Amino acid sequence: MASPMRIRAASKDGVTEVRVLMSHPMETGQRKNAAGEVIPAHFITELTAKHNDKVVLSAEFGPSVSTNPYLAFKFNGGAKGDKMVVTWVDNKGESRTDEVQIS
Amino acid sequence: MSKKAIAPLALTVVLAALLAGCVKHGHYAPGASATPAAGAADQALEARVEEMMLTSFKATGIASLDRQVRDEVQKACSSPVQPDAETMRRLEEGQMATIQWPSNGDFTGGDWKEGARIAISGRGLTWTDASPDNNGGGCYNCHAMDPGEVSAGTIGPSLVGYARLRGNSEEIVRYTWGKLWNAKAYNACSNMPRNGYGKILTETQIRHLMAYLFDPASPVNK
Amino acid sequence: MKRKLMAAAIGVTAAFAAPLAFTSEELNFDAYRQMLADGNPAELFEMEGEELWVTARGPKNATLEQCDLGLGPGVVEGAAAQLPRYFADTGKVQDLESRLMHCMETLQGIPSGEIIGGKFRQGERGKLASLVAYVVTHSKGKPIAVDVSHPKMQDMYAMGEKVFFYRTGAMDFSCASCHGEDGKRIRATHLPNITTNKGAAEGWTSWPAYRVSNSQFWTFQHRLWDCFRQQRTAEPVFASDVTIALSVFLAAKSNGYEAQWPGVKR
Repeated sequence: MASPMRIRAASKDGVTEVRVLMSHPMETGQRKNAAGEVIPAHFITELTAKHNDKVVLSAEFGPSVSTNPYLAFKFNGGAKGDKMVVTWVDNKGESRTDEVQIS
Repeated sequence: MSKKAIAPLALTVVLAALLAGCVKHGHYAPGASATPAAGAADQALEARVEEMMLTSFKATGIASLDRQVRDEVQKACSSPVQPDAETMRRLEEGQMATIQWPSNGDFTGGDWKEGARIAISGRGLTWTDASPDNNGGGCYNCHAMDPGEVSAGTIGPSLVGYARLRGNSEEIVRYTWGKLWNAKAYNACSNMPRNGYGKILTETQIRHLMAYLFDPASPVNK
Repeated sequence: MKRKLMAAAIGVTAAFAAPLAFTSEELNFDAYRQMLADGNPAELFEMEGEELWVTARGPKNATLEQCDLGLGPGVVEGAAAQLPRYFADTGKVQDLESRLMHCMETLQGIPSGEIIGGKFRQGERGKLASLVAYVVTHSKGKPIAVDVSHPKMQDMYAMGEKVFFYRTGAMDFSCASCHGEDGKRIRATHLPNITTNKGAAEGWTSWPAYRVSNSQFWTFQHRLWDCFRQQRTAEPVFASDVTIALSVFLAAKSNGYEAQWPGVKR
């Protein structure tokens, strides 16, 4: 099972800043192991962030993104106590969803 | 006597001890051999450290435990202050005698392009390296050589323009070979590894490095 | 004539060297580290460590919540900033890793031998690293305050100092070969001068750290292990005396400097 994300979301003057740290190998599929075999590609393909139930960001990820990716973004709206939900899906069909309350 | 009166006296003694330490060992060394008792204590500590340098390590791959035992030069240079001039001279003489001069009497014949590869590679002799053959020289770890290589260390002096600045007299060519073979022959406590004597590099590899330093076509001299 | 040639040669050297050579300032990665610090992936290891701290594990099926890191059972806040220290219950000077290993053995029944004989980032030693990430994060911003008054601490410090200057191995290196002067570099990597308090603190307060170049979290034991590898010595045993002695030496010299844990490195 995929490891949890660390999400921070803070609202100030009507703008919410969200910072997400994901635990993922983000294997490109281009690398070889010590035995010379290709390490299969394994990377996040999609990320969705919801404020309460409304999508505020959807992003396509790919193999060029680093291991353990970090993403920060801001959106208009959001208030203390609101729910912030982030979901990613990878090329193997694994996914992970975590949520926090906006502070 | 009041407490107040003792304090400045004690302070003076401490200061004197500190100053003695400074003069003898530099600011960092413990005042080791200041008195016979302190000298004996330091020797006892030294013996326990030697013991620890064996018991805290294990042999892995090509990195065997004999690496934990110091030779005369390593031991003499295991202090923040280098040994006295007489000791240095004696050690350097001994190291000078270990230098193997070119087997055919000729310092040339190397390929500067091979030399460049050896100078750039810092690989070899760790416990994760499979064999002790084909090591790098690790020159760029500490020296600038080709001015086009920006990732050059600064522990050793810059060798940019080596032969262009120093020429190629027999004296400088001979010195360079000797320095590459056993740097401790010229400065017993040099930071530079003993490439030939320590079997880090082969005679052929040292010949390539000579070409990298002396060949007018080498980027070092451009 | 000769003098003229000399001058020309110097002119050429300067023209080539000046635009191409990098100064120390240009090759330091502070700005890069500052950018990374915001999303330091060491947090992922910290989260795992926090979970491990409260999870009942091992043959004794116990948590680590009664582990005494020096400030009393279960106290994590500020504990790492005061390590290594002398522990009366073991009669030994222990760093964070050897102390956690002791707790795992005594509280959870996980044998220390498994960790000592293991590999970094794997098995129980890997879990130990996550626990380290958790514990050090709770000393972030605290001044290093290592108490060297106990004779065994003083002894470890003295041994550590000797080891720092101990030249040995295939290339005659000691720690001081690379870390004995200000403003030096290996290739493009800046080397702190560990003979000074400031330089020692630069190292001690920035490790453990997440390494961006290989996506790995390295504890201080791991850092020292790789120093010895590059020094071309034999392999140091995990949590052995030499690693504790060097840790005491560095930590004590760092007293008063602020812990930046967990660090982030390129």
